[in-house]
Amino acid sequence: MADFLLELLSEEIPARMQAGARNALARLFAECTSAAGLETGPIDVRSTPRRLVLIARDVAVATHASREEIKGPRSPAPPQALDGFLRKTGLAREQLEERDGVLFAVIDRPGKAAGDVLAETIRRIVSDFPWPKSMRWGDGSLRWVRPLHGIVAMLGEDIVPVEIDGIVSGASTVGHRFHHSGPITVGGASDYAQKLRACHVIVDHEDRERIIRDGAAAAAAGAGLALLLDEGLVVENAGLTEWPVALLGRFDEKFLDVPREVIVLTMRTNQKYFACTASDGGLAPAFVCVANIAASDGGEAIVEGNRRVLAARLADARFFWEQDHKVPLQEQAKKLGGIVFHEKLGTLAEKVERIAKLARWLVETGVLTADPDQVERAARLAKADLVTGMVGEFPELQGVIGGYLAEAQGEPKAVAEAIRDQYGTPSEPASAAVALADRLDTICAFFGIGQKPTGSKDPFALRRAAIGSIELIVGNGLRISLTEAIRGALANRAGQCKDSASAHRLDRTAPEVLDFFADRLKVQQREAGVRHDLIDAVFALGSEDDLVRLLARVNALQNFVATEEGADLLTAYKRAANILKKENWTGPQVMSSRAEQGIPQTGEEDPLVLVEEPGLREVIAEMASGEAGADLPEEKALITALDAAEPKAAAAIEQEDFTGAMTALALLRGPIDEFFDHVTVNDPDPAKREQRLNLLMRFRDAVNAVADFSKIEG
Amino acid sequence: MSLSFQDLILTLHRYWGAQGCVILQPYDMEMGAGTFHPATVLRSLGPEPWRAAYVQACRRPTDGRYGENPNRLGHYYQYQVVLKPSPDDLQALYLGSLVEIGIDPLEHDIRFVEDDWESPTLGAWGLGWEVWCDGMEVTQFTYFQQVGGFECKPVTGELTYGLERLAMYIQGVDNVYDLRFNDAGVTYGNIFLENEVEMSTYNFEVADTEALFDLFRKAAAECERCLGASLPIPAYEQAIKASHVFNTLQARGVIGIAERQAYIGRVRDLAKGACEAWMERAA
Repeated sequence: MADFLLELLSEEIPARMQAGARNALARLFAECTSAAGLETGPIDVRSTPRRLVLIARDVAVATHASREEIKGPRSPAPPQALDGFLRKTGLAREQLEERDGVLFAVIDRPGKAAGDVLAETIRRIVSDFPWPKSMRWGDGSLRWVRPLHGIVAMLGEDIVPVEIDGIVSGASTVGHRFHHSGPITVGGASDYAQKLRACHVIVDHEDRERIIRDGAAAAAAGAGLALLLDEGLVVENAGLTEWPVALLGRFDEKFLDVPREVIVLTMRTNQKYFACTASDGGLAPAFVCVANIAASDGGEAIVEGNRRVLAARLADARFFWEQDHKVPLQEQAKKLGGIVFHEKLGTLAEKVERIAKLARWLVETGVLTADPDQVERAARLAKADLVTGMVGEFPELQGVIGGYLAEAQGEPKAVAEAIRDQYGTPSEPASAAVALADRLDTICAFFGIGQKPTGSKDPFALRRAAIGSIELIVGNGLRISLTEAIRGALANRAGQCKDSASAHRLDRTAPEVLDFFADRLKVQQREAGVRHDLIDAVFALGSEDDLVRLLARVNALQNFVATEEGADLLTAYKRAANILKKENWTGPQVMSSRAEQGIPQTGEEDPLVLVEEPGLREVIAEMASGEAGADLPEEKALITALDAAEPKAAAAIEQEDFTGAMTALALLRGPIDEFFDHVTVNDPDPAKREQRLNLLMRFRDAVNAVADFSKIEG
Repeated sequence: MSLSFQDLILTLHRYWGAQGCVILQPYDMEMGAGTFHPATVLRSLGPEPWRAAYVQACRRPTDGRYGENPNRLGHYYQYQVVLKPSPDDLQALYLGSLVEIGIDPLEHDIRFVEDDWESPTLGAWGLGWEVWCDGMEVTQFTYFQQVGGFECKPVTGELTYGLERLAMYIQGVDNVYDLRFNDAGVTYGNIFLENEVEMSTYNFEVADTEALFDLFRKAAAECERCLGASLPIPAYEQAIKASHVFNTLQARGVIGIAERQAYIGRVRDLAKGACEAWMERAA
């Protein structure tokens, strides 16, 4: 047994792809060797910007030899049978063995040398590697993330020979691009990391990450500052360096006028620098950059160069910032009339108009408690920062910039905060109103023009907008009828473009939007462990569009069906529903006729609504209750239980005490089980049959008052 | 003393000339990037080996700042190198050029940072990096994969140096107009400041947009006429012209967001047409 070393040396691999590449390398190696039957010990993968490295411990010398015996025809065999068997096994007649009058083919498969399996594995890895984007170079046809230059492949101290598109494996690699010139010959997995370290390459990315984390913190501490640690930056810098050295630099204090978010963002995304804070917690005029060399002058020139680059960027930002302060947000907002939001949905100014109306509606109807004028003001200024120079440069800071500018021009705190937090999930009522209005408008506006997400296509990020809305509603416990809000938002847009056709479509579009919300809610709640079928069961009631109450129902339901009582009741429900379905039973005559008229039945309607004749009313009421002609004790018991459970459940639902409603329904479990055990529904007497079916229907409908149990799985 | 602006160019000329590149002169048309030069776009198509280096003036009307911004210019220079097929040691050759112009890689931090290149108006894309020197992007380094919608076989390696940035870095100057253009006291500002002021004024305020729209239509029509006559080079020139007119219209702020895509698509179709004609002629 020996250790296997593989190094794939290339030009610089994008930092963001290195973690995925390590996983892919380990996976492909394990797949190929195990498919070939080559046993290996633990597999370890490492990376630098220029290399992907795999070390597999304890690789077997060869795969196991195997012997296979295939039973053939009896001997002497008819010619066709014999020929078929020889063809199948690829042997000649004289190679077959005969035992007890039966022919056998014995096939010996010798073990494959590890080197051969590994060479084939390397070929597979290179040809099948799942790079997010790959390229060709020179006049070759090989594809890799960037040009591939070398393969080190060694089993123990021996080279595993393989050639791929002119690249021949060997024991030789290169060191740091600038600190070491010429080839390095490695002895194998055992000395690879040490040899490279001596040539200024730290192969282990975790080591480099540690060096950066510690080095950056030390550099900051050395200047009496604290590092704003950013793990994403640590990993990214480790993916950009083979010999990381953290260096601290300073920038001119005058740039601290620029919002902190802007400085941190430009340092992080444009320059990959860490930010530092002073002892008072404020941003310090300093940065930590990570160089890829131990510079001959100790890093002085590097720090100076980086300082100048940062100064140019911050000067740009400061220029925009000063310009932006000169124009009040309400003036900027006017420019939104010149920006098309979507060709069929008008300008951003029109969108702002809709958000303002909807946000105001949210507070005026009591969904949120805030000053309606402030909410409307915030909504009207919310998108103004989109035309500022700063957001032009840093689109990620939309909202944040508007918040700062609003504060600077003396807007009330609630207004500035609502502008700042409009893209997040704020809990301040005014902020939540604007944030929710914006998203509802986006979703409804696009649905209104038939632009709904399909499959993987969601060009307007409506799914994210829906999830954002759900988080705002559920997170803040907002009691809102989604149907009303959706209809309001749809009507807003229809009214704006005076489009009578879309106003007509509203009745069709509103349920589509609600279904879309239901789907998103299921996705969003899946992570919290909420069953999607239970959400369906509650949505299927058709009347439930208050997400807070809906989730309370779903949670109570989920707890209930997990209990023995709940599971039993569900079983009984399904049995009842199946019988009703099989019998095509839609209830007493009066109700059937309603169904024929196409009136939707939810099980909650009053069956008497259409009955005018007073005498008939009583008869039918009795029929509907299932009471008429009940003679068996189990029937009577079920009726008594229903009489008791129905009002209790109804009262609990009224109080939004869904656990209470379930507990009330649980009282039906014993009587319904008894009913099924002792009562024949399909009685030869049509009257009995009818009244028993009616009783089952009453039971089903009682349960359905909480949720449509037919949607529940299991 | 560090290299003057003109010595920087001359040094690169000598270096890449020694690598077998033909040293070309700037193309005599307005364009937004050195890549647009036919020596890059057309020559990167087809199987023939090709090595060239040249300076190209780049006009980006929207980047003009009336000479008031120390880092941004509406007119600046790129140094462009193309090598087809891309040699195995292209990175080493490039780093050699940095040493030649006075950047010591053991004193300065040189980094290859992922940056995929795409030109929607040329129907072209490639993979590569922006090369950083002490945190500053000094070069765009790209392996062309497609140009004009055609697969590049063999692959062209393209290096685009931002000459002003590089010179500012080498000379340790914070304002582009303070660059020493030569060693006889002439600065970059002496030559180009007035140009920036006037061209910014023209591009943002004065340019006759009706005339420009007309020019765009005419260039597009002329391009198609040339394509009809199987003349890829003149067709390509008209595509470049249309592209620049579009850039100027953008600076005048008269092209809406929705129209923008349509214009880019139009230019791309013209450029692609020229590339197709070039490939047919070569075949």
